[in-house]
Amino acid sequence: MANESVIGVTDPETKSEVKSEVSSEVKSEVSPQASNDVYEPIHSKSPVFYDLYERKAELQHQTHYCPGCGHGVAHKLIAEALQELGLQDKTIFVSPVGCSVFAYYYFDVGNVQVAHGRAPASATAIKRSCPGRIVISYQGDGDLAAIGTAEIVHAANRGEKITVFFVNNAIYGMTGGQMAPTTMVGQKSTTSPWGRRPSNEGFPLHMAELLATLEAPAYIERVALSDNKNIMKARRAIRKALEIQRDGAGFSFVEILSPCPTIWGKDPVEARRWVLDKMIPTFPLNVFRDRRPEIPAGNEPPQRPVADVLGITPKAEARDVSKPKHAHHFKDVKIKIAGFGGQGVLLLGQLLIEMGMREGLEVSWLPSYGPEMRSGSAHCHVCLSKERIGSPLISHPDVLVAMNEYSLRKFAHEVASGGVILYNGASLPADFSAPDVQVVSIPASEIADKLGSTKATNIVMMGALLEETECLAPGTALSVLEDKVKKLNLLEIDRKALTAGRLFIDEQAHIGAVSQPDGFA
Amino acid sequence: MRQLCKGNVAVVKGAILAGCRGYYGYPITPASEIAEAAALYFPQVGGTFIQAESEVAAINMVYGAAAAGVRAMSGSSGPGLSLMQEGMSYLAGAELPCVIVDVMRGGPGLGNIAPEQSDYFAMVKGGGHGNYRNIVLAPASVQEMADFTMLAFDLADKYRNPAVVLTDGFVGQMMEPLDLEDREIQPPEKPWAVKGTPETRANFISSIYLETDELEEHQRRMEAKYMRAQEAEPRCEICHAADAEVLLVGYGIVSRVLLSTVEALRKEGVKAGLFRPITLWPYPSKALVEAAAKVQKVLVVELSNGQMLEDVRLALNGKVPVEFYGRVGGNVPSVQELQEQVLTRMAVAV
Repeated sequence: MANESVIGVTDPETKSEVKSEVSSEVKSEVSPQASNDVYEPIHSKSPVFYDLYERKAELQHQTHYCPGCGHGVAHKLIAEALQELGLQDKTIFVSPVGCSVFAYYYFDVGNVQVAHGRAPASATAIKRSCPGRIVISYQGDGDLAAIGTAEIVHAANRGEKITVFFVNNAIYGMTGGQMAPTTMVGQKSTTSPWGRRPSNEGFPLHMAELLATLEAPAYIERVALSDNKNIMKARRAIRKALEIQRDGAGFSFVEILSPCPTIWGKDPVEARRWVLDKMIPTFPLNVFRDRRPEIPAGNEPPQRPVADVLGITPKAEARDVSKPKHAHHFKDVKIKIAGFGGQGVLLLGQLLIEMGMREGLEVSWLPSYGPEMRSGSAHCHVCLSKERIGSPLISHPDVLVAMNEYSLRKFAHEVASGGVILYNGASLPADFSAPDVQVVSIPASEIADKLGSTKATNIVMMGALLEETECLAPGTALSVLEDKVKKLNLLEIDRKALTAGRLFIDEQAHIGAVSQPDGFA
Repeated sequence: MRQLCKGNVAVVKGAILAGCRGYYGYPITPASEIAEAAALYFPQVGGTFIQAESEVAAINMVYGAAAAGVRAMSGSSGPGLSLMQEGMSYLAGAELPCVIVDVMRGGPGLGNIAPEQSDYFAMVKGGGHGNYRNIVLAPASVQEMADFTMLAFDLADKYRNPAVVLTDGFVGQMMEPLDLEDREIQPPEKPWAVKGTPETRANFISSIYLETDELEEHQRRMEAKYMRAQEAEPRCEICHAADAEVLLVGYGIVSRVLLSTVEALRKEGVKAGLFRPITLWPYPSKALVEAAAKVQKVLVVELSNGQMLEDVRLALNGKVPVEFYGRVGGNVPSVQELQEQVLTRMAVAV
């Protein structure tokens, strides 16, 4: 290993080829002192690699990869491409889990090491956070095609402007030879001891082909580190993938068929031949995608000051809400509103707390949420208080607004003694009674219908509530409606509905016909 | 000026004011409004919003953004947080600051979407693998959802550690007035971040320490910062405790019900007090010991089968009788129910 200065390349034939092709100008950079070291470099390595691998505990002049391993060649091709394109200072290299987990030992660029399979997710956010930079996700087959299948598919589908180098050696190397998602049919591994059987393990995944079904990727190619000719093709593909990212053209992906002599139980030369003879027929080399994706223009979000976006009104410009001089004859009022979904139950609650807030009260609104809401019934709890509100949850409301008979029957028993029930109905159900509670029937739906929209039923009930309890000022209600209801014709109906609800209560009181099951007024 | 806001939306507003510019999440009831508000607001202030393919991807996106030095966050509820635990362990191990919001719902498994406080162990005690802590804040109001999210970003950066805003479906879903100041916080410089620049080229983010001694040293360093946080960061709120005979302990939505309970009990002549932890980790143990020094009894109330209870017992260490009342399944105890619990237990005590 003493003369192992060309990373991972142990085939003497290749060494000379690569050297003559790419290393002629860096040859002169070899330090003269190097010959005094324990090892003697034959030619220099890319300056994108560290001089000495200081993050490695020992043998800091050589990689941790096995002789004949494809990772060394792949690293070298990437380093040289980064150097040639002048991208070293701009690059962030994301190392995965697998044999290449230690890529940060070697690449003299920004390094982030991530969880197994998640490199495309992390790389996504790194790129979005540093848009002009070069983000490389370097992953093995277990990392990318098994545990991280979702992450690579979705990063590719979003067209993230990152480059993914996918090293496929059809086996789990680091953990000692278990089956990979790309292990070939019949190929033995420690977890497919009889060879991969499609009946039990399915077929090898073809990631390049799979990703090529997506719209967004700009470039997808499969190459092989099987022989000099293919290594030179790999070199061009790697460079091209990085150029595409440099130009901001989209997602680029290079699948690299790579020898793993140690786990395959072959010598380096046999391993390369195996890539050529066995892997390439299963994973054909091809350019599966090479085009700039057509990304249709969408609605671009406007850029606005933070305060505007968050609805923060500067104190100086805060609109004078002209607090109605309303006397709140209570410490607190607890209101429960219940009905069918679509009756404006939750909205009525929100309008009430908006009014309360404008009148300087503490307020809270707690809705029923989720499936209960979708199944058709909804309710909310509204607290209005002069003091800090403890529980926003109401066990015994002072006022129940029951928008339908179901809610009346379900919640009437909760109402506090001496409380009020406002019921949306022409009259109470014959068999209904609620002792110690005042119950008022308001034909709110009919009133709203006559005014032109059943949707205003909740506003009729709001009018009735304000008139009956005097908890908030009608003037506040009007100003809130004016702010919240954008359609003028609806606002007109709501105004009338509010008045109609109030008038109804007035008239009932006047003629003394308020529905009183227990007979007292 | 006050604006009405949902708890979940207040989280996002607080985050943006804190300078957070990366939101990566996946929808789940009852936390979905966080993702919805982030989708609406982040792109308008130059931030990034991505709806991830899963919570697993979301937390690893947060990892990436945090590694790049951006204030980043995610939000979810129990089942989603289970999926995020791996990533949170990596974030803690790599000492990356971020904020994660857990709007707790009923569990285990799919459970239901009603409020529970049953993720206490998972968030406060770790949840993921390895020796690490989350800083955990427990808001109880819409205002605190914004304020504590902002505080969480500061603490996360101060200690280079994930911070969790642990709340429940009710606090997430309720609306209350929210008062925000138009004062954007400038996140601190992060010279350790990896940004793809010449200055940051030598930087390296990782949780790998291959040599046993190295990993031990790394963990000792983390322990030391956790010790510092335990000294400096415990926060709590104490009400009516000075003359209290019974001290009620609860956090989040329960603390609101307990405040009403304390007030109702005092009207009946029962001297009750409230101790409400704001930081669940580090737990305000010293303050609890002081608040409970003169009481006859402590009653812990949770929407769980007794998770925070363990921290209360550890803090009080047998000095005061500690009793427990819990509701689960999404049920929240009423004021009346808790009053009865206290009265029954105090009758026995007297």
